[in-house]
Amino acid sequence: MSIRYDIDADRIVTLTLDAADDKTNTMNAAFRAALHAVANRLEAERGQIAGVIVTSAKRSFFSGGDLKELVAIPADGAEAFFLMVEKLKADMRRIETLGVPLVAAINGSALGGGFEITLACHHRIALDDASLRLGLPEVTLGLLPGAGGVTRMVRLLGLQGAFEYLVEGKQFGAQAGLKAGLLHALAGSTEDMLAQARAWIKANPHAKQPWDTDGYKLPGGVPSQPKVAQMLAVAPAMLYEKTRGNYPAPEAVLATMVEGAQVDFTNACRIETRYFTRLATGQVAKNMIATLFFAMNEIKAGASRPAGVAVRQVARVGVLGAGMMGAGIAWACASKGVQVVLKDVSLAAAEKGKAYSAKLLEKRIAKGRCSEAEAAAILARIQPTEAVADLAGCELVIEAVFESRELKARVTQETEAVLAADAVFASNTSTLPISGLAKASRAPAHFIGLHFFSPVDKMQLVEIIKGRDTDAATVALAYDFVQQIGKTPIVVNDGRGFFTSRVFGCYINEGMAMLAEGVPPAMVEQAGLQAGMPVGPLAVTDEVSLTLCEHISKQAREDLGDAYVAHPAEAVVNRMIHALGRSGRAAGGGFYDYPEGGKKQLWPGLAHFAQPDRPLPDMQLLIDRLLFAQALETARCFDEGVLESERDANVGAILGIGFPVWSGGAMQFLHQHGDALGRAAELAVAHGDRFAAPAGLAARLGR
Amino acid sequence: MTDALIYDALRTPRGKGKADGSLHEVKPISLLTGLMHALEARTGLPTAEVDDVVLGCVTPVGDQGGDIAKTAALAAGWDWKAAGVQVNRFCGSGLEAVNLAAQKVRSGWEDIVVAGGVESMSRVPMGSDGWAMATDPQTAKALGFVPQGIGADLIATLEGYGRAEVDAFAVESQRRAAQARSEGRFARSIVPVRDINGIAILAEDEFIKAGTTLEGLAKLKPSFEQMGAMGYDAVALKRYPWVERIAHVHHAGNASGIVDGAALVLVANEAAGRRYGWTPRARIVATALTGTDPTIMLTGPAPAAQKALAKAGLTADDIDLFEVNEAFAAVVMRFAREMGVGMDRINVNGGAIAMGHPLGATGAMILGTLVDELERQQKRYGLATLCIGGGMGIATIVERI
Repeated sequence: MSIRYDIDADRIVTLTLDAADDKTNTMNAAFRAALHAVANRLEAERGQIAGVIVTSAKRSFFSGGDLKELVAIPADGAEAFFLMVEKLKADMRRIETLGVPLVAAINGSALGGGFEITLACHHRIALDDASLRLGLPEVTLGLLPGAGGVTRMVRLLGLQGAFEYLVEGKQFGAQAGLKAGLLHALAGSTEDMLAQARAWIKANPHAKQPWDTDGYKLPGGVPSQPKVAQMLAVAPAMLYEKTRGNYPAPEAVLATMVEGAQVDFTNACRIETRYFTRLATGQVAKNMIATLFFAMNEIKAGASRPAGVAVRQVARVGVLGAGMMGAGIAWACASKGVQVVLKDVSLAAAEKGKAYSAKLLEKRIAKGRCSEAEAAAILARIQPTEAVADLAGCELVIEAVFESRELKARVTQETEAVLAADAVFASNTSTLPISGLAKASRAPAHFIGLHFFSPVDKMQLVEIIKGRDTDAATVALAYDFVQQIGKTPIVVNDGRGFFTSRVFGCYINEGMAMLAEGVPPAMVEQAGLQAGMPVGPLAVTDEVSLTLCEHISKQAREDLGDAYVAHPAEAVVNRMIHALGRSGRAAGGGFYDYPEGGKKQLWPGLAHFAQPDRPLPDMQLLIDRLLFAQALETARCFDEGVLESERDANVGAILGIGFPVWSGGAMQFLHQHGDALGRAAELAVAHGDRFAAPAGLAARLGR
Repeated sequence: MTDALIYDALRTPRGKGKADGSLHEVKPISLLTGLMHALEARTGLPTAEVDDVVLGCVTPVGDQGGDIAKTAALAAGWDWKAAGVQVNRFCGSGLEAVNLAAQKVRSGWEDIVVAGGVESMSRVPMGSDGWAMATDPQTAKALGFVPQGIGADLIATLEGYGRAEVDAFAVESQRRAAQARSEGRFARSIVPVRDINGIAILAEDEFIKAGTTLEGLAKLKPSFEQMGAMGYDAVALKRYPWVERIAHVHHAGNASGIVDGAALVLVANEAAGRRYGWTPRARIVATALTGTDPTIMLTGPAPAAQKALAKAGLTADDIDLFEVNEAFAAVVMRFAREMGVGMDRINVNGGAIAMGHPLGATGAMILGTLVDELERQQKRYGLATLCIGGGMGIATIVERI
């Protein structure tokens, strides 16, 4: 039984959520059956019951829906799913309206379905524990709180008040929950919490939900009231601006909120189930759950880490080069308790790199996210230096010097000279093959790529690149270190541009190719945004600079010789730099102008690329080109052995290059597309061989 | 002159117009888009060729506000070229929409018009749009306004219909509707209402009370007695001074039910039908409107029917089947008496007493029922009529093809 039923001398029933053979409680079939039985028993024993306390035997209160079950719902399983959810909700409603006081004693985190259970209670007491996480994050996995969460939150807080919790999935702690009116009381201990629950039951024998009480009015007003109507009129536009229509979940949440607010509780709950069913049977939720939940959890559990190597923590890290990346890496380490030796050619340069952390800390202190003492401790962990000798004792050194093979070889050798024999040397290169750089190392087995992303303090991904000779212990250490500093590792094999840079290059190149074809630049950028990319391809090219693009293609041309195939973007880069003098943002302007103190705008000179006689292309075609260019390159990475796991491909694409979350990542995009091979073939005919599906893709897609 | 032909008629089932009715959770716009999708699927309607969508809606505020006809066409994904207009002729709105469509087509100025109506009475309560005739004291006084139920009771009083007779009428309406439903006579018209997942929300009329008996109805209290006593009876009798007192015989069981629903009728000329391969089902022969005393309010159907018959060069004897909206039992009984037509030709599949009266949609619904029944019985002429607020009457004569 997933729910224990105990009645005490005061006739108070305690329902203890305690899933058998599981560390957490979820809303699975066993729970649903137990809830039904409990509802039956409570109704049968109603006359002997003074009140009900709902609590949990697990460390967390309840962890929400059963995602394994949810991702398995077939597209044609709507009716069965709808009926299943309606039954669960009917049982919750029976208990909610039993006519006795019902108290949630929230002993641990209650997210999603867990918090929905507490919302069905008349009174919510939580442990005043800083680690408690509460809220309804369903929307972040492409779902909505379908166990009454939308309906009850709206009735509790009103449309406006509930917005951030439902549409944005905002989570909160116990203190914040109390302040927001989502909790009624906090308790210092479990005993205190249960005592409060009993006292409340005795003091409120006729407790009811606000929405079941006569004279109840929706806080903030119903949708037909002019003030509310005005707010609701702009809400869909505000949402679109964020989602570009790619995310059904926030749209469904908003619709459920508004439609539910216009009808009674029963109808609102049913409307909620209908939208929930729509999301649960849809593809986007499956994509998001597969990658953001399952793949991420696998990575957390070390799926791509070599097995059989003991987990190690790194105490002292060396960072070579205190430029933007080096300074960022130093911050990432120090802020997670790792000692950092930050070396540059001069102490002044190294100090400047450390100052970056000081600046970040100032902001955090100003926002109240960090105390002066904590900040001082973090800064004290960063030792700026110009002396190689100071790197002695580092278990791991990460070089983040300029992208030059010669320079990297030199710093590798001078650093290794002071390191212990088993120390690991990592390069933060984003483009140079690791096996080549490893040639400079005294121990290529201990040489590895650790590709951080800029800005390091915000970017969660680190791409671990195995060189030809990198050994398992080195990979394991890199993996452990990335996790130690709170980031997400993916593991790839060596190759030009590894995985993320290579795929990212396809995005910006495709955008430039469109420009070369005379597609209006605004439309190129709009296509990027509508596809779900965070920034348009031309804007992001300006950020990385056209000079870098030129450098990379030049390098590739040299390395590949006759095998090199020029991309149509190259002509654009060449013309922009050499004929038009526009090398990117850092050089004063590229595809965009960057007026002092103003918003950037597309450079009017892009009219040079215009072909006014050509009709405007179909937007979906542009979107497909941008996404397929990246996804097919990802598939190529599998054929070439750069990638080994789709999990890492999907997570890496989303976290590293902003591949749209709705798709579940660059490989999942191909899996979930109705006809990826067919569309790729069409694109190849129309736009060139870069869209030809690699040989291994069909098998990978199970075709 | 170009004939206005009916190519298709479809409707939602009627849901009980309360919070516990099946269609309460369904937005009026969704009632319409469901039908619009069905109409497209059934006929292959090229929506870019639709000149206009004319929809009746009596309470066009809130969910039903802002020209719901155009809004629904857009929401259904119809081509931008399809225009839309919402019309309000109170209870006659749905039939008014069909008549307007017929007139547009018959004039030759438009080729394809989708007519119909919608009313979610559970979501947008009757009267929530206001009505000067009822709520502006100066106007109400000048026009001698009394609620329709008082008018219906006055009709019964004038005609000498007692409680037993109006109740018997209601029992028969229920019997006929239940039989028609169980025999599937509405199957051709009814399109189940489905949710966003395609799950059926309501597939059949749910308001019909199949087992209704005289004894059961006898227990119901007259709905307008108290209201009449408050002064409305006096206002009514000012206009009918020869009546001593109004006998209040109508109640929830022998008056039209409050329900939710929508209907569409595809009206087009012959050329359009040929172009798209549609088979015409009926020709609209004549339409008519009239006005009668606004206080008794509900006596319009017979004069409207006579006017339409005169235009068509027909008499009541030529009409095989009548659909007379069962706003109240006495309205239909009086119509039968005035027209000299037996109940064997009127509302043979029951009416709004059994199935409900979704104000803006009913006219289009009963026209569809009429065409279905003419086809079932292989009869030629049918006439649909409704009494209307403000004392109007509306009628439409169709000829089965």
